Amino acid sequence: MALSPLNTLNSMQGLKNIGLGIFVAMLVFFTSLVAVSSFEVNDTSIGKLESSLSSKVGLNADHISTFLGVLNEYSGQTQNKFGFVSTIKGAIKEANNQIGARYAVSDATLEQYLNTARTEQDGKFVMTNDSRSTANELLPEAIRQTVSDYTGWLIDRQFDSAEDFNDNARGGVQGAIDGAIGKAQIEPSRHNDTIFETLKATGTGFFWENKLTLFWIIFGLGVAGAMMYIYPAFFDGNPGIKHNHIYHDSHSSRGLIGVITGIYLVGFYILLYFYHFWITEWITLVDPVANLLRGEDASRWFMYGFLYTVVILVMGIRMLTKYRHSPYHQVRTLSVMFFQTAFAFIIPQILYVLNQPEMDLKNAWPLNYSFFFDYNLNGHIDDGTIGIFLLGWGIALFLIGVPTFTYFYGKRWYCSWVCGCGGLAETLGDPYRQLSDKTTEAWQIERVLIYGVLVFAVVMTGYVLFAYFADIYPSFGFNRWLILALFYGGATGLFFYHRKKYPAMSRKKISWVLGVILFMVTFGVITGYMETGSATANVSHDNLKSIYGFAIGSMFAGVIGTGLYPILGNRPWCRFGCPLAAYLGIVQRFKSQFRITTNGGQCISCGNCSTYCEMGIDVRAYAQRGQNIVRASCVGCGVCAAVCPRGVLSLENLENTDGTRMNEVKY
Amino acid sequence: MHIVIIGNGIAGISVARHVRKLSDHRITVISGETEYFWSRTALMYIYMGHMKFEHTQPYEPFFWKKNRIDLVQKWVKSIDPANKSLAFSDGESLQYDKLVLATGSTPNKFGWPGQDLKGVQGMVSKQDLDSMEAYSKDTEHAVIIGGGLIGIEMAEMFHSRHIPVTFLVREQSFWRGVMPPEESEMINQEIYAAHGIDLQLGTELKEILPDENGRARAVITSKGEEIACQFVGLTAGVHANIDLAKNAGIETGRGFLVDDHLQTSVPDIYAVGDCAELRNPAPGRRGIEAVWYTGKLMGPVLAQTLCDNPTEYKQGLWFNSAKFMDMEYQVYGSVGNDVREGEKHLFWKHPEQNKAIRLVYDEDDSRILGFNVMGIRFRQEVCHEWIAEGAHIEKVLANLNRANFDPEFFAHYESDLIALYNQQNPAASVEIAPYSVKSIWRSVAVLATAALLLLALSSAFSGPVASGIFQGLAGFAITVGLVRGIELFYKLSSHPKVSWR
Repeated sequence: MALSPLNTLNSMQGLKNIGLGIFVAMLVFFTSLVAVSSFEVNDTSIGKLESSLSSKVGLNADHISTFLGVLNEYSGQTQNKFGFVSTIKGAIKEANNQIGARYAVSDATLEQYLNTARTEQDGKFVMTNDSRSTANELLPEAIRQTVSDYTGWLIDRQFDSAEDFNDNARGGVQGAIDGAIGKAQIEPSRHNDTIFETLKATGTGFFWENKLTLFWIIFGLGVAGAMMYIYPAFFDGNPGIKHNHIYHDSHSSRGLIGVITGIYLVGFYILLYFYHFWITEWITLVDPVANLLRGEDASRWFMYGFLYTVVILVMGIRMLTKYRHSPYHQVRTLSVMFFQTAFAFIIPQILYVLNQPEMDLKNAWPLNYSFFFDYNLNGHIDDGTIGIFLLGWGIALFLIGVPTFTYFYGKRWYCSWVCGCGGLAETLGDPYRQLSDKTTEAWQIERVLIYGVLVFAVVMTGYVLFAYFADIYPSFGFNRWLILALFYGGATGLFFYHRKKYPAMSRKKISWVLGVILFMVTFGVITGYMETGSATANVSHDNLKSIYGFAIGSMFAGVIGTGLYPILGNRPWCRFGCPLAAYLGIVQRFKSQFRITTNGGQCISCGNCSTYCEMGIDVRAYAQRGQNIVRASCVGCGVCAAVCPRGVLSLENLENTDGTRMNEVKY
Repeated sequence: MHIVIIGNGIAGISVARHVRKLSDHRITVISGETEYFWSRTALMYIYMGHMKFEHTQPYEPFFWKKNRIDLVQKWVKSIDPANKSLAFSDGESLQYDKLVLATGSTPNKFGWPGQDLKGVQGMVSKQDLDSMEAYSKDTEHAVIIGGGLIGIEMAEMFHSRHIPVTFLVREQSFWRGVMPPEESEMINQEIYAAHGIDLQLGTELKEILPDENGRARAVITSKGEEIACQFVGLTAGVHANIDLAKNAGIETGRGFLVDDHLQTSVPDIYAVGDCAELRNPAPGRRGIEAVWYTGKLMGPVLAQTLCDNPTEYKQGLWFNSAKFMDMEYQVYGSVGNDVREGEKHLFWKHPEQNKAIRLVYDEDDSRILGFNVMGIRFRQEVCHEWIAEGAHIEKVLANLNRANFDPEFFAHYESDLIALYNQQNPAASVEIAPYSVKSIWRSVAVLATAALLLLALSSAFSGPVASGIFQGLAGFAITVGLVRGIELFYKLSSHPKVSWR
């Protein structure tokens, strides 16, 4: 019998290698952009900077003129990125020093202030609103209002003697003046944006003059290279599961390349969230797209959204080739590609251009944790009809949409068909799905963490809404050391409870997770103490929002959730952190038509289903005993059913929605 | 009571697990092969890089401690039934009250010259996998002997590493001793046309030639051809591991002979899985059925007997499954390798794709006897139910949709099969049973009503906030209704016949 020629793959291998080469070259080129350009301060750049500092960063005229005055001293010099960033940081510091010096109040003036502000009433010495107004005339105008705001507690307080008044009020007034000067300076929260805009205005040389060309080269060639690498898979033998050598490949088995990829992604997220001026060039590179769609330059979030969409589209095509034998995966992948492109990327731009509130219509609370924040509510209500409609839509999405859709189709309708996080996990993350942890220990960690985040999100939203509707913004004082002790006590308790309840099980991963959480809490508490010097931490709704935004929104969802794909598998956020997934999961577990059916006794316990479950469900444990799988975490990606070599598993929506979905153990 | 089980494969472990479920007996599982139970059916996936070895272990290490199942990694040398003790190869010994032999099987060697050379092996154990991995490094061509399930797995393994394979199969078509000609031919095509593997049918191994280091360097086939190779896979079936019977006086045939309670000729010694040969197999069935499912099904039954509830092992309805390269296969009930006397076959094959369905039914009373499916998945429960009740072929055909187990959005072929049947039996006019869309249209109706109500409510409020919120809710009810509507449309277009009730 003759050997039939099946060499299409081999002839395509060259194309694949060239494609990979082009892609990697473009990635390196793209990455290098952040370090290669030079910056020059001159009249043109100062002019550009003046308007952007005011319109984009929100600095006042005083800030701008002082800062630009300092920056002007570097006029005519050309510096590289690293040198220039420290120049700018120095300039901000110097500008703040100048502002501080300008408004500084001498000791003599302070005494004069106290003497003027003090009046005698019925033999007692007090400060009244009137006397304070007179005294305020002694202070620089820019800080008067703030000093008044900060000295309200002194008004009408009675002292027995003039000295008594002066001695008691001196510290408070000095503090108010320092605070007011600090407020008059460029606030720390605007430093990164100031550096970003300065870099943008002063960039000079090849990159800055050829942005559009470079955009086409980097994204055009990068995408083309990726497609050349991906496309030949269409001809890679017969349609079917393609998992050969996944565990021989360093990239997909936590080898060196996997670790390097993880470090790159983590670095990307840290820069994006916390130091975006370092990636000014990446953000600037997509200006042409932002100008086209929004009529303005790109923000870091626009750049992230654009990159996110491109990645989902390119890696989505990879999914379409890899699963060309499976219509379920094709439809599901097309769905996430559509929802990312249309709902997360295009529609918000259209809303923006139409002067309507920008909203990702599919991003449901509590994943979209800022949905009920006061500025969002006010924004929506101020925006009129469409804004209010969007508000109603958002409420309906989590109140009606989640339960009804999940009842009919299971959690998958959101997590693996619609969601953006899920979309990235199912496309970019697919090469790493096998790395999720299947141990019982990991499942225990999962349940504590994900429902913990859900409770956190609900409490925070409740607090924010209460404050909003009651129009009171209370701040509760907690003893920092008590908080710390509670966390340490809780962690120790959990650890020993586990040791007692599961004596045979390992506690290595639990210890790691507890360790990381304790480290972060300790770090937060001690930093807070060092900054304020007070043992009492005042927690207002704003503090809760920023703690959630930093710890959950940025660190968990971004840095860990996506950055650690090559280490923890492709859904660490969805599995351990996402509060919406937790909510969807509760509905799926208790009331849904969805289940993964096990086909009689056909399971051979090979482990493909468990290995390729991105949510770390030990699918085999159910399949081998003839039991259907009903798990809160299952996102219905359908890969367990696809990889099963014996046709044992199938995703089904059937009429019975109660406990009988999960039939009895048969074997 | 101390129950000792020799062998930690699926049969031995099933016994151990179920004894633990039923009792507090002391349990010891002995295996020289590996520390923990692993799924040897997944051996190929480790080699191909789909999984690591630890992924093939169905239970985490703490499972054994938690369930008080003692594991001993040693080889048993001999059994002394008189003293109820075992001797290990390291000289130690172990007392038992009841002994379960679950020793599995080993690859057949038929006395071929050179069969014990380096680079010549079967593929059953972890050790086989390790040595295959080691030999692969300098294998430029591999030859596989024997046209069965292990042979095709081995061929796929080498293929994944781009090592050319010559596959010698004694029969004129692959697995023809089990498969009807059409299915067998589909597998032939899958091997050589789709994967480019050199499949030599009707060819046997004559001799394996050594090189100067005692490693295989070539084979000579029954057709006299010499094929250079560095690895020879022997996959011409397996035989039970019954060496331990020798000194113990256990009666053997091809395996340890066991009665209906799975007890051997020696009291308190039992055997399960590949190594157990039933003295009284069911009609038409063999005494040894060396498949995964036998071990899995015998375990719980023997556990009952060991825990003072003597239970007979009955061979249930036959079922099996396999995957040939990219083509899945399932069989339920009795399907011979040809049309047997008194039966009729309805065979349908997809005109282009690797999909086929074969229904075997009785010539006289038309009751269904068996199902063979290639590239399509069928539901075991439904097939077994029909076979057990002796369902009429036409009832099966009309309701075949119930048996389909393919993932969502996959094409269905029930109508093609019915059309074929009606064409072959001019007197018949089978119609496909309608698919009920009642629950879907009802929810569309409920959602539409809800949307209308919400819209009415929204106009009842004058304030922009309240009416906006009700409009949002209505918009959402419309969206959910639309999605259900799309689902309804999909069901209408993908099912040839629907019922609204």
